[in-house]
Amino acid sequence: MQTILILGATSTIAQQVARRLAQDGKHLLLVARSAERLETLRSDLRVRGAASVQTFAADLRDTARHSELMAWAKASSPAVDTVLLAYGSMQDQQDCEQRLDALVDELFTNFVSAAALLSAFANDFEQRRAGCIAVITSVAGDRGRRSNYIYGSAKGALSLFLQGLRSRLHPAGVPVITIKPGPVKTAMTDRIPNAHLFAEVDAVAMDICRTLEKRSPEILYTPFFWRYIMAGIRAVPERIFKRLAI
Amino acid sequence: MPATSARLSRKESTSVRFFPDFASWGRYPRVLHRRIHHLNWADQLPQILNGSERGALLPYGQGRSYGDSCLNDGRDLVACGRLNRILAFDPATGALHCEGGVTLSDILDLLVPKGWFLPVTPGTRFVTVGGAIANDVHGKNHHRAGTFGCHVRRLGLYRSDSGLIECSRETNWPWFRATIGGLGLTGIIVWAEIQLRPIQGAMIDGESFAFRSLDEFLERGAESDAASEYTVAWLDCFSGSKTRGVFFRGNHSAERGGKLRPRSGPRLRFEFPGWLLNRWSMKAFNSAYFSWHSFAAGEAVVPYDRFFYPLDSIARWNLIYGKKGFLQYQCVVPESGLAAFKEVLDRIQRARMGSFLGVMKRFGAVESPGMLSFPRPGLTLALDFPLRGERTLRLLEDLDRIVKDSGGALYPGKDARMSPAMFQASFPQWREFQRYADPKFSSSFWRRVTAEC
Repeated sequence: MQTILILGATSTIAQQVARRLAQDGKHLLLVARSAERLETLRSDLRVRGAASVQTFAADLRDTARHSELMAWAKASSPAVDTVLLAYGSMQDQQDCEQRLDALVDELFTNFVSAAALLSAFANDFEQRRAGCIAVITSVAGDRGRRSNYIYGSAKGALSLFLQGLRSRLHPAGVPVITIKPGPVKTAMTDRIPNAHLFAEVDAVAMDICRTLEKRSPEILYTPFFWRYIMAGIRAVPERIFKRLAI
Repeated sequence: MPATSARLSRKESTSVRFFPDFASWGRYPRVLHRRIHHLNWADQLPQILNGSERGALLPYGQGRSYGDSCLNDGRDLVACGRLNRILAFDPATGALHCEGGVTLSDILDLLVPKGWFLPVTPGTRFVTVGGAIANDVHGKNHHRAGTFGCHVRRLGLYRSDSGLIECSRETNWPWFRATIGGLGLTGIIVWAEIQLRPIQGAMIDGESFAFRSLDEFLERGAESDAASEYTVAWLDCFSGSKTRGVFFRGNHSAERGGKLRPRSGPRLRFEFPGWLLNRWSMKAFNSAYFSWHSFAAGEAVVPYDRFFYPLDSIARWNLIYGKKGFLQYQCVVPESGLAAFKEVLDRIQRARMGSFLGVMKRFGAVESPGMLSFPRPGLTLALDFPLRGERTLRLLEDLDRIVKDSGGALYPGKDARMSPAMFQASFPQWREFQRYADPKFSSSFWRRVTAEC
């Protein structure tokens, strides 16, 4: 792993991952909405040791800009060998239940735009028979829950998409890594009470970097114990689960 | 598995609650807040400040202030921990330009390997640059280098009335002076430029020796201050009528390289039971510590983190004081008040209520630009007191009286209890300072000490 492209680079987790990669002297390509924030991040990562930092400002929900983004990414030298998709949105579930455009936005941001982007990178990597795709989904995608099923279903769909993509890219030798964090102390979860019980962002970033470096495991739960918690949650029969207010 | 909708919809409620991640290091007082504004990027500041009323806000860094100067009872905090990007570093001059939430630990990890060190460091590396400025922290080299604020070249201050302003000795000087040691009340320190100092390697040529009287401490201390960049003394708080302790001194070693990564030690996960720290266990600890160091006295080349941050090796060591938390007492008594200093020591040693962390040092004469800066030439003493109710508070009030009469002062960043009269007598500049405070900012500490007296 030499050159990493991060989609949604200004997210809390992505920033911490980028710092760790910078310390290891990697080349970084950062994509996010705000040019100003990207510039701040760029100076930080340069001082921390990144070999190079390039930025591209775009709202990735705007699929019309994906081809421009791909052209920029393909022009990079050294060539991009790892893509990390780190953006997502978690809006108020009740709002999404009532306002259908909020629901559609949520599904579009978390799933449709991500699937479109990942397909573009997959086509490139498959053809080059090189590269690695890593995507941050969520443990919330492992089972639909009353309180968070809209975000959960978008992340679950993304995880399913990655399962298929993994199989498709396997002959080309391109690993596809699904990263499923439990709740982490990030900008996304700041408003939730009991956030003090959530995982520290650096612990999660460390797990992600180790996985990117080794390109394994292909399904990462972080912190690790979520693998077992989610196995338990998936095992509850639906007729019981539907009564649980979680 | 984030977000239940029912929980999210409660976010607008105006009720207050306890946020465990936003307490003070002494864990006393336990304060309820209304809301935490997380500052991820500087561009969010207009939104946060415009939407707040008078006195609603206070910046919060790593929560290493001991008392209530980092708390804002019933109101809001602005969490600045994620404002932690380094904006530029000039390897030719050692000037570091960074956001206010960058920790000293982060700076050390990054720049010690490149041959640069903090100009001044407190006893923990886990504070933010903004917090170090707002408390105008000092370290073992105060007699040479002054306070942290002496090494700040410029800072970017975001205020509710004027937006982002740059402050330095040349521009906006009154705001620069007010912000250094300004307890976060003058606005949000968005960025700062600090001057680092060059080092050869990560090691310290350290030396320690035991002393058995205050006179011996003063005499050998003066000699050490002349020869060493860093000096500090540990005090046995349970030695009865005689003063004894261990003196530590050191200089950056000329040796290159050295162990650069801090060792990580154990982490306390739970509050210790309150009875564990009692007069006998503490006396035993103090005696053992004194005996060990008088036995092991001598010179040694040690990694910088062991010399400066011995307590940082135990994460969350503050939990050792149990549920009730603890008070830290740090006073300074002017050079002329030696008799008062002796009396303070005597009272503490006789009361036998201290703990393992008694520390003494002589402050030098380097003047800080800070308007409300605490250090002033003289002797300073810092120690922890497990909170044992009225008895502890009465003892500290007695000490206050002695300190005040000598013309000394208490350290706001470590205080949770001094009276308005004590504060106003030892920081008479506070009324001038208030002209530069941001009207939308306030703190539990500030409301307490500026009350009518």
